[in-house]
Amino acid sequence: MLDADKHVLSILVENQPGVLSRISGLFSGRGFNIESLCVAVTTDPTVSRVTLVTKADQMIIEQIKKQLNKLINVIKVHELTGSPFVEREMVLIKVHAKPEHRAEILRTVDIFRCKVVDVGAEHYTIEVTGTEEKLDAILSLLKPIGIKEIARTGVIALFREPK
Amino acid sequence: MELTGAQILIKLLKEEGVKTIFGYPGGVVIDIYDELMKSDIRHILVRHEQGAVHAADGYARASGGVGVCLVTSGPGATNTVTGIASAYMDSIPLVVFTGQVPVHLIGNDAFQEVDIVGITRPCTKHNFLVKRTEDLAKTVKEAFHIARSGRPGPVLVDIPKNVSVTKIKYKAPGPVKMRSYNPTCNPNKRQLQKVLELIKAAERPVIFAGGGVILSKAPEELTKLAKRTQIPVTTTLMGLGAFPGTDPLWLGMIGMHGTYRANMSTAHCDLFLSVGVRFDDRVTGKTDTFASQAKIVHIDIDPTSIRKNIPVTVPVVGDCKCTLEELNRMLEGVDLGDLDKKRKPWLDQIQAWKDTKPLAYEQKDIIKPQYVVEKLYELTEGKAIITTEVGQNQMWAAQYYHFDKPNHFITSGGLGVMGFGLPAAIGAQLACPDHIVVDVAGDGSIQMNIQEMATAVQCNLPVKVVILNNGYLGMVRQWQQLFYDKRYACTCMEHAPDFVKLAEAYGASGFRATKPEEVESVLKKGLSTPGPVIMDFVVEKEECVYPMVPAGAPITEMLLV
Repeated sequence: MLDADKHVLSILVENQPGVLSRISGLFSGRGFNIESLCVAVTTDPTVSRVTLVTKADQMIIEQIKKQLNKLINVIKVHELTGSPFVEREMVLIKVHAKPEHRAEILRTVDIFRCKVVDVGAEHYTIEVTGTEEKLDAILSLLKPIGIKEIARTGVIALFREPK
Repeated sequence: MELTGAQILIKLLKEEGVKTIFGYPGGVVIDIYDELMKSDIRHILVRHEQGAVHAADGYARASGGVGVCLVTSGPGATNTVTGIASAYMDSIPLVVFTGQVPVHLIGNDAFQEVDIVGITRPCTKHNFLVKRTEDLAKTVKEAFHIARSGRPGPVLVDIPKNVSVTKIKYKAPGPVKMRSYNPTCNPNKRQLQKVLELIKAAERPVIFAGGGVILSKAPEELTKLAKRTQIPVTTTLMGLGAFPGTDPLWLGMIGMHGTYRANMSTAHCDLFLSVGVRFDDRVTGKTDTFASQAKIVHIDIDPTSIRKNIPVTVPVVGDCKCTLEELNRMLEGVDLGDLDKKRKPWLDQIQAWKDTKPLAYEQKDIIKPQYVVEKLYELTEGKAIITTEVGQNQMWAAQYYHFDKPNHFITSGGLGVMGFGLPAAIGAQLACPDHIVVDVAGDGSIQMNIQEMATAVQCNLPVKVVILNNGYLGMVRQWQQLFYDKRYACTCMEHAPDFVKLAEAYGASGFRATKPEEVESVLKKGLSTPGPVIMDFVVEKEECVYPMVPAGAPITEMLLV
């Protein structure tokens, strides 16, 4: 897609079985794309929040929002992109930690203000929280040292309240 | 009051006003059938579950109500999928009840278990799996509400065996309240004001109406608008009957097999006032040249239909009937000037298009299918309910039968299901017992649900089947003739049953015409014979439907006779 921009959608849905597959089925069936997807219950146990990142041009993002709204179990669709919002993502990075690399890894952890959550003879597991860009940055720094595996959560986000 | 799930279901169906159900029994729905038999709801035993859904579809369209089906789990449920998908594409309100294995067996690959909720998720408006008898009544009410409100559509309710057997203390459900489902019905006035200004300014306007106008019961309002503003009208296939097909302002159908004048008017108009349509590719052809000189207004209840395929100047989200009523009200005090004079050049141009390239065929020694449809129109005085199969038969029925009223043309428009017409005719006949109901069929498509002849005979429904028998899968053959150098790959039905004998074998009547001079007498005989009838017309084998716009071409590039 030539002019496909990133859009962050925050979708409130009924917390019922099958709702997620209605959303994912809508995207696959209509050829829309999902960059990331996060779902968890809100403070109201009957409502879940889906944070979905997609890439689409103007006409498609309009369709995506309308199609989501059309799903019977969808309560509200907000597009965060275009208004001030905070976004966070978390990644767990299991990195090879040979003695000669340990100091460098810890220095990187320090610079990025993240933490080591598991240590072994041969590895560190690091927890990093931040924007997608921050996560990409630390991953690219650790890559040469040797990343064993990672788990990323995908983006979660909320509107900023007016000051 | 203690009631079983089955008793609750039947009670709720009666409260929803259901009088007829189309279905087929099976293991996990025996309890529901047991209760159904005790009620005064009429059950129509079809011969295949696909037939049940198409019949419910035909019933819904002819009656303007909701069609209801009841089938068993597994294969019973999967057999409904084509029917459901067709109703979904055409926005027909249905509630389909499927049996399911008991809750404790779900996921065990039990006998006749299938995840029908998963399978039908993309082709229903919504669906439910009821896991507790306590939830059944509320779910049934919501299902009917969702099916018939907003942009209508099919809703499936999956009922596990134990849910229909379990007895609970029944509590009547309250009115349906759903925080996540509130369709917009009333149009935005400011948008309508813009529409009004466009109507006032337009010199070459066209109204383009679709199935939405019929679904929202707005043909009268549409006709009023067209007459008041003297704007000519074209419709989609689904919109036939939304505007009188014999009115001087009628342009004929638009699109791939639309009339020359309808497609030319669309290409040359300066205002394209669309109501209850979704700009399907069979209508638009190449989208970037579609109505490219026009400001486009799009009125529809479903926001996803708007700007999905075509950019729009003024979008209006709202129910067609409410919106057209409001627009007519706004027009009441408006001075549109001397319309006769203002519209003359435009209507003259349209007349010229009509005169130079009318719908045409030449009847010689062999029966022309168009001739059969024209004679059918004459003999039924345009009053019959016409259902169709899919392909050439469907297009000839659409072109040569002129529909003055809504709900008289019943066809699988969006999905294009062969085998739709006969069961749909059965449903329509049940909804309208006093009407003549005719299925215009091809020799290929009639064989896809021919088993429903037994249903028609068992229920003594006098549906008439007109087979335009050319020995081919005609529409595909036509594409092969025009675009594949006449390589007729697998489209020749080298063997077909003797349809007259087949009718007789089912206990119906059968007649055949092989010469043009027999057409009228066979139609007369067939239409006046009581009970179900098959009329087999042996027609010109390689006749094509014209005009034709090749797929993806601008709609002005029509192949003509």
